[in-house]
Amino acid sequence: MSDDVSTQERSAAPRTDIKLAEESFFLTDDFVRQLINVGEIDILVGLPTHNNAKTIGSVVAAIQDGILQWFPRERVAIINADAGSRDGTSELVVNASIDDVRRRASNRSALRTLHSISIQYGSSMARGTALRTILAAAELLRARACAVISPESTNIKPDWLPALLRPIYKEDCDLVLPTYARHKFDGVLITNLLYPMTRALYGLRIREPYASEFAFSGRLGSQFLAQNSWNDEAARTGCEVRFTLAAIAGGFRVCQSFLGAKPHLERHAADLVPALRRTIGVLFSSMESNFALWSSKTASQPVPTTGVEQQVTLDSLRVNKNRLHKMFCTGVAELESVFHSILSPTTMAELQQSAGLGENEFQYPAELWVRTVYEFAASHHKAVISRDHIIQALASLFRGRAFTFLVENRNASESDVESHIESLCLEFERQKPYLLKMWSG
Amino acid sequence: MREMIVSELTQAVQELARSFARFLPRLIVLVIIAFVGWVIAYLLKLFVRSILRLIKFDRLSENAGASQLLAKAALPSSSELLTRFVFWVAWLGFILLGVSVLGIFGLQQQIAHFFLFLPRLFVAMFIMFFGLLAASFFSRAALLAAVNANMPSPHLLSISTRVIIIVFALSMVFEELGVAEQTVLVAFGITFGAIMLGLAIAFGTGGKELARRFLEKRFVHGNKEENEDELSPL
Repeated sequence: MSDDVSTQERSAAPRTDIKLAEESFFLTDDFVRQLINVGEIDILVGLPTHNNAKTIGSVVAAIQDGILQWFPRERVAIINADAGSRDGTSELVVNASIDDVRRRASNRSALRTLHSISIQYGSSMARGTALRTILAAAELLRARACAVISPESTNIKPDWLPALLRPIYKEDCDLVLPTYARHKFDGVLITNLLYPMTRALYGLRIREPYASEFAFSGRLGSQFLAQNSWNDEAARTGCEVRFTLAAIAGGFRVCQSFLGAKPHLERHAADLVPALRRTIGVLFSSMESNFALWSSKTASQPVPTTGVEQQVTLDSLRVNKNRLHKMFCTGVAELESVFHSILSPTTMAELQQSAGLGENEFQYPAELWVRTVYEFAASHHKAVISRDHIIQALASLFRGRAFTFLVENRNASESDVESHIESLCLEFERQKPYLLKMWSG
Repeated sequence: MREMIVSELTQAVQELARSFARFLPRLIVLVIIAFVGWVIAYLLKLFVRSILRLIKFDRLSENAGASQLLAKAALPSSSELLTRFVFWVAWLGFILLGVSVLGIFGLQQQIAHFFLFLPRLFVAMFIMFFGLLAASFFSRAALLAAVNANMPSPHLLSISTRVIIIVFALSMVFEELGVAEQTVLVAFGITFGAIMLGLAIAFGTGGKELARRFLEKRFVHGNKEENEDELSPL
């Protein structure tokens, strides 16, 4: 436990009546002891980290500032689930002094103790285990509301905390997902696949189903902790999307909050396949268990949103379009045998025809893209080949769609980009009967 | 003289009749065993067929690439082939059991050999099937990984993976069947060693520049320049 407390320190009487849930058995005795010493809390802020020493200082300072500013009367704990950082990340979290924040803004004072606890759960980053640790801690501490903040969010502002936590704390919401101001070409997988497909399937217009910052109620956290099969490696992958889908499937109240600009993280081409596994792999898998739910939805509804729904920025950005086109064409040619097991002959023929076109003529229209994705989803359901191979095969085709998205929006204004995304979403909704036909066919 | 011939002939006919009388019940037993065997083999065939349908064996076989091979050879589907195989092995087993009742000298030993060989045949088939399955899975995995990593000649890598696994499975099958054990072992060792040596030499001399560029790109520059132009998927 941190020694980092306010001057009007609240004597946190150790609670011995905290019910140790079954899920808490994977936590170390020392960590459980520290949690018991904290007692019951109102708000928990979770920080999953792994070698984030460069950024964690400013993130923790912003969190502390947010707590002092917006939740001075609440009992708050920061739980750092660390994946064995070797750069002193966890020490930075635990030793971050709230006095520094107070010195910067002398008019702010907390009436309660602010606890910071760090636990090391392994030696490599495992988002699922980190989330499980945070959920178990939230359950043990009976937190009413919890926020998970990415340690890489360098542009975090203190008002992110009320934006995420207020809807839960005051408005009885169960899951608050963020919306950001993003560059028009940032998050192409979300804008071209994850958002439109989640929307078409589950009927909710959630802009960021894969969120690095989000907040949830204690009851949603407890239910997800109990229901998710944590011992299964596959169930721990893409836990962020899994969490969002569990909230939708469980009928919990989901809302959105605008946070501002999303930090620009380092980009890696090689990240595409793992990103597809964490998002689309989870979305496809969820379709098995939630068939009754998604098959009955015919249209989509907006989600209650605080602030603007989404903001698009238009700064110039260098993108290697040529490489995307080349990799798409190579993929279609080399993976023909794989696509034959997944796609219908018509779709396959259309893709081959597109791959034969030069960069200037090439187009991967929304109609064909949606049909391709739905055929992939149906093949994933029928397991025509290894499910992981199906997800990997989608990567090559996604590059083609990303290329078309770049070309379509090269000189587009903010409203044009939004309108293109909206028309893609409507195409996903329009072709849903085709998905149902393929699914049961 | 004539009487003697007649007597000998009568004796021979009587001997033949006695032999036939001794043989006939055994033949009837053979026919009965063959018939019962046919019924049992048929029931077994139905049972195996429904089990294979239940476990979607045809899809598994399609994934393994075995179905494509069978189709090219104008053979029935792999589940049909396996059920027929089970039927014939079971029925043949019963027929041989019946034949052993006939008490023909030397045949019983061969029949015993056949029954001893059956488990090895099954194991060999099992190895071959799973070898094909593994070859198909890993060659596809190699192909997908190579395409997504934008590596040159992904198909060559995929086919090499498939060939190596199939050669490995075949050598295990031959060893299990006891067919030219030493020859197969030596041939496999030489082939495998030659492939590895060839690849090492080719990569070390012919592709020296390529290897240097690849390693530099991978570990020294860390793809930094290339990634600067990449899209952020999430």
